[in-house]
Amino acid sequence: MLKIYSPTAILGYGFPLESYKRALELKPDVIAVDAGSTDPGPYYLGKGISFVEEEATKRDLSLLIEMAKKEDIPLIIGSAGGCGTKDSVEWTFNIIKEICRERRIHFNIGIIFSDIPKEKVLNALKKGKIKSLEGSHELKEEDILNSTNIVAQIGVEPFISALEKNISIIVAGRSYDPNPFSALPLMEGYDKGLSFHLGKILECGAIACEPGSGRDGLIGVIYEDHFEVFPLSEKRKCTVTSVASHTLYEKSDPYHLHGPDGIINLEETQFFQKDEITVIVKGSKFISCSEKWIKIEGAEFLGYRGVCIAGIRDPIMISKIDDILKVQYKIVEENFPDFLGQYKINFHLYGKNGVMGPWEKERKISHELGLIIEVLSKEIKITKAILGFLRSTLLHFGYEGRISTAGNLAFPFSPAESIWGETYRFSIYHLINEELEFPIKILKI
Amino acid sequence: MRLIDLAKIIRTKNSGPFIITIDILFKERNIYYKLKEKNYFSKEWWAKIYNINIEDVLSVIYFDPVFAVKANIKRFIPSGDFGDTDVYGAQQHAPLLEVEINENY
Repeated sequence: MLKIYSPTAILGYGFPLESYKRALELKPDVIAVDAGSTDPGPYYLGKGISFVEEEATKRDLSLLIEMAKKEDIPLIIGSAGGCGTKDSVEWTFNIIKEICRERRIHFNIGIIFSDIPKEKVLNALKKGKIKSLEGSHELKEEDILNSTNIVAQIGVEPFISALEKNISIIVAGRSYDPNPFSALPLMEGYDKGLSFHLGKILECGAIACEPGSGRDGLIGVIYEDHFEVFPLSEKRKCTVTSVASHTLYEKSDPYHLHGPDGIINLEETQFFQKDEITVIVKGSKFISCSEKWIKIEGAEFLGYRGVCIAGIRDPIMISKIDDILKVQYKIVEENFPDFLGQYKINFHLYGKNGVMGPWEKERKISHELGLIIEVLSKEIKITKAILGFLRSTLLHFGYEGRISTAGNLAFPFSPAESIWGETYRFSIYHLINEELEFPIKILKI
Repeated sequence: MRLIDLAKIIRTKNSGPFIITIDILFKERNIYYKLKEKNYFSKEWWAKIYNINIEDVLSVIYFDPVFAVKANIKRFIPSGDFGDTDVYGAQQHAPLLEVEINENY
């Protein structure tokens, strides 16, 4: 039997102290936590920075490091710093170093980087060793060349070899989410299907509970032929529905979960309610793949985004809003012919289709509209020029039937516009079939 | 019957930056199996709800353990790319709340 403690959904999202104390009483064999996600969008990977603030990460890590020291158990962090680039792994490592210095404690720390050099990806593309994932574009050479960071979602092997070296804290770059949780059971020879499926449930902390929470923890206990999961907070319970439905969450196919080492197959999985708060899971299988296809992620710099926020309350203007906005593209072209092709304009119209865009079926328009004017250009001066120009032009635009001649827009702020900053896109979200090495660097602090 | 009365969870979320995955979890096993047997939630059905081409409905999967149906649809803009409206893809479920289910069709 092995007991795995998952304190929270994402390192830095926090957890109640009560739950932490309960976990301590239960004497887990390992603490594992996932820090990563592509959910917050391409910006963080593009910049190589965390989407969680430093102080929030430090708060969680201080408590987890204290537990790891006290109980003498490993602490495993996957996708460190969110996007899992070299910079974000080092950012996490520096936080750990600071905590250890403040508390005068010492550890062996294992660092695993998962960045992939561009040449490796370019080579793989030439050899036909890149596959598109469902929904993603066909990868082109310029997607690779233009990426600021490229990371691979590493498999479980590097985690296991770090554990075999008796490393107390493992800080890994971008990782397949379940791996920090599955590594110890796999090293100890537990069933692969159960180890990976348990990892898949634990990686989101108490999200697999009722009520779910991203700021609370879960305990997983693995046995020879089944595993159990239960929450740490008295306010929550694991139910068959909450645990089984978790494999639906954020995943395209709940029966077959693809990872770098193979597929977790849930076709024969059974879920049972053990007691009010505990669910037993049996029958999950693991299918190893003969060819190793690893997911890689990359982001490309698109330019500097500027935004202007305004409200519209005039019913005559609202009734003509589509025509009014359509003509703005032409006016900008006429005013700045030299900038043509160097910028993009987008109008977000809340109260009409701001949330669903072209998918919106509702034809009713609200009595007031929220307008966000968005401009993007690689040249910050072009972003500024066009955004300012659109603000003043729209403010005084003389549309047909206009009665209110003093101004068309209600700006909540002065200045009305702001340079939001660097903007990225996901340029790579593909599979690669290459020999990739993820060595462990051991540091004593 | 309205779908909102038959379901206990209706949600959307990114599954990677290029796909929005939509889950409907039913309250009652009988209704779920009845609709599943008819393949009520065909690709055509989803395409109509979201006003999209049928090719953009990538897959529809029924998940018996929690009486759920899932559809995966291609985003009109990848998450966070220029022109996106919903980076997490978490607010694309509203059209489903107005849907009527004809059990006897």
